[in-house]
Amino acid sequence: MLRIKNGRVIDPASGTDAMLDVWVEGDRITRVAPPVGGNAAGDAGGGAQVETLDATGLCVAPGFIDLHCHLREPGFESSETIETGTRAAARGGFTAVCPMPNTRPVNDSASVTRGILERAATASTRVWPIGAASAGSKGEALAEIAAMQQAGIVAVSDDGKPIATTKLLRQVMDYCRALDLPVIDHCEDASLFAGAVMREGRQSLRLGLRGMPAATESIAVCRDVQIAELSDCRLHIAHLSARASLELVRGAKQKGMRVTCEVTPHHFTLCDDDVVYDTRFKMNPPLASAEDRATLIEGLADGTVDAIATDHAPHEPASKDVEFDRAPFGVTGFETALALALELVHASKLPLARMVELFTTGPARVLGRTRRIAVGEPADLTLFSTDHAWTFRASESASKSRNSPFDGRAFRGAPMATIVAGRIAYRREA
Amino acid sequence: MPERLRHLLAIEPLTAEQIVFLLDEAKPFQEFQRYPLKKLATLRGKTAALAFFEPSTRTRISFATAASRLGADTMNLQAETSSLKKGESLLDTVRTLDAMKPDCIVIRHSSSGAADFVASRLEIPIINAGDGMHEHPTQALLDALTIRDRRGSLEGLRVTIIGDILHSRVARSNMHLLGKFGCHFTLCGPAMWVPREWECSGLRVRRTSRIADALEGADVVIVLRVQQERLHEPALPLDEYILLYQLTPERLRLARPDAIVMHPGPMIRGLEIDPAVADGPQSCILEQVTNGLAVRMALLFLLIGTGSESDQPKGSTHAAD
Repeated sequence: MLRIKNGRVIDPASGTDAMLDVWVEGDRITRVAPPVGGNAAGDAGGGAQVETLDATGLCVAPGFIDLHCHLREPGFESSETIETGTRAAARGGFTAVCPMPNTRPVNDSASVTRGILERAATASTRVWPIGAASAGSKGEALAEIAAMQQAGIVAVSDDGKPIATTKLLRQVMDYCRALDLPVIDHCEDASLFAGAVMREGRQSLRLGLRGMPAATESIAVCRDVQIAELSDCRLHIAHLSARASLELVRGAKQKGMRVTCEVTPHHFTLCDDDVVYDTRFKMNPPLASAEDRATLIEGLADGTVDAIATDHAPHEPASKDVEFDRAPFGVTGFETALALALELVHASKLPLARMVELFTTGPARVLGRTRRIAVGEPADLTLFSTDHAWTFRASESASKSRNSPFDGRAFRGAPMATIVAGRIAYRREA
Repeated sequence: MPERLRHLLAIEPLTAEQIVFLLDEAKPFQEFQRYPLKKLATLRGKTAALAFFEPSTRTRISFATAASRLGADTMNLQAETSSLKKGESLLDTVRTLDAMKPDCIVIRHSSSGAADFVASRLEIPIINAGDGMHEHPTQALLDALTIRDRRGSLEGLRVTIIGDILHSRVARSNMHLLGKFGCHFTLCGPAMWVPREWECSGLRVRRTSRIADALEGADVVIVLRVQQERLHEPALPLDEYILLYQLTPERLRLARPDAIVMHPGPMIRGLEIDPAVADGPQSCILEQVTNGLAVRMALLFLLIGTGSESDQPKGSTHAAD
């Protein structure tokens, strides 16, 4: 039995924001009650051994969910494994992560899904795999979506690239509508993207790096929203980065469509002016303009954005230690996500409760799930401090990779403990 | 004397004072090119590694000749024969070169930022001989030397650049350099090659797609090479380019009578430039080539010559690395 005492419980589902003790037995929450005086295990314990986690001064939130990450296993274990990736995720406060299917082999069949879940049985967090939309994510034939769903996938995507053709997208959406699975798309116009390595603008001109305009993304978002309307399917836009894309999502929501989107911490923190000849600033979609970033932050606050997702994309150091235009796209993100979101809270751009939603009920809703702190619910909890001072060091990361643009950044606020199914998956030394 | 250079990676971060200093240092080497015996012993015992990862003839020969005339030896790496073809990374290749103990590396590479990348990983001076679409700093210096000789000063000139400005490292370096002296720029070419972002760069920039507008009143006309390898993305008919943008004697008459015409080479007569202009009295194209030697000799002398930083005992800044 575990008692989390004296914490500030923030539970967006019930609107709770109060000092409460949370009691956990096995993998479930068994009691949520105002703190009782003294140290007595009191009425709930009944003599059982009670472990106490002192959450004084900390926030206690439902377990964070990351809708978008790359664990690289199977196939690219030199960059990350399910074990190292989920350990980094737990250090970031995440209790469940959704790995994209662009592994080797691609997660496009029930057997690959089962293999991932077997490896995840001993992982630090829950692993909710996303299956490929098309076989091999090649954009030709449908993947074994129903079989993967039975094996445990929570959504489909050809992430790393868009679902290749509009016709295929329509088939995937019609099919997933019937299965009630969300379709997650990496939105990108192939010809505008080809050869580009950052957002087109002043900085790409200055650096002589090939740029892509914001429309590279928004054109594809427009396509997807129209097909989603035709299919009445749930559509989730991955790593949304442009204002025009956000406006399309906002419009779809106003029409009552089931269209959702996520924004990454790097996109709401950095912009294209921050890009230098350092491959840790190379990711796809690329860092947007400062104006777009401001719009993304508004979207996080006003509810247009449903989730903060990391797009944690580890790459082994040697692969990033090359010329900018030859480096692979992607940055790591698990361990800095919450601290970066708290920067927005500290800057009064995002209310704390809304931030918690973006890591919990928001992503849960995208997957058609719930997330709350209540008796009988799974004991997945994230304890964090809003003012713990620390500095992120990529060299000390639990990830196998080091490709973070936030290496050396000083933060205020951090995950302090991560509880997955009643077990303490991570606890920060104070 | 301005702050000593350790590398030459780009023009953008330099001050006007540093540029004037470099140009002044090049003066005696301009004279020197007229000597019957063109060999100094200034850099005897020094070695410049020439790492050309992208095909180049004139820049490579210019650097090799500059080094040789100063008495330095060169180590040559050319893309066609290098181990890059065998899949070796840039970092491993330059580390290998570095292990042969040259005094500097002159690098030409098709990736923007390649020279910065190498400079951040090695301890020795790096000279950027052109990186992707980013900068070509020695070209801008030799162009500035040529302009200063012909016009007496760099201050406040009206400079017209014609061609594919978006993809041109020559245009970038020239704009950064001449912009530090208050020059006004008119950029002219097919609209997709003339990025509007230059207008908010802090420099005085005007864009036009009409060559007549661009040439009127110009002091300096820089004609860029039409990079035919880029015409396919997407295709622009060459005849269309010639029709609208070729620098012809008739068009050049719109510029000031004493305007000078420059081209970084290699030039294609009859495409971006009419042969009559290329060979005419206003052309300084061959002077540019000769001045390239002077600028590169001055640069090598400053970066690896006696009294340069590489001769000093390694200071605390290195100990900390």
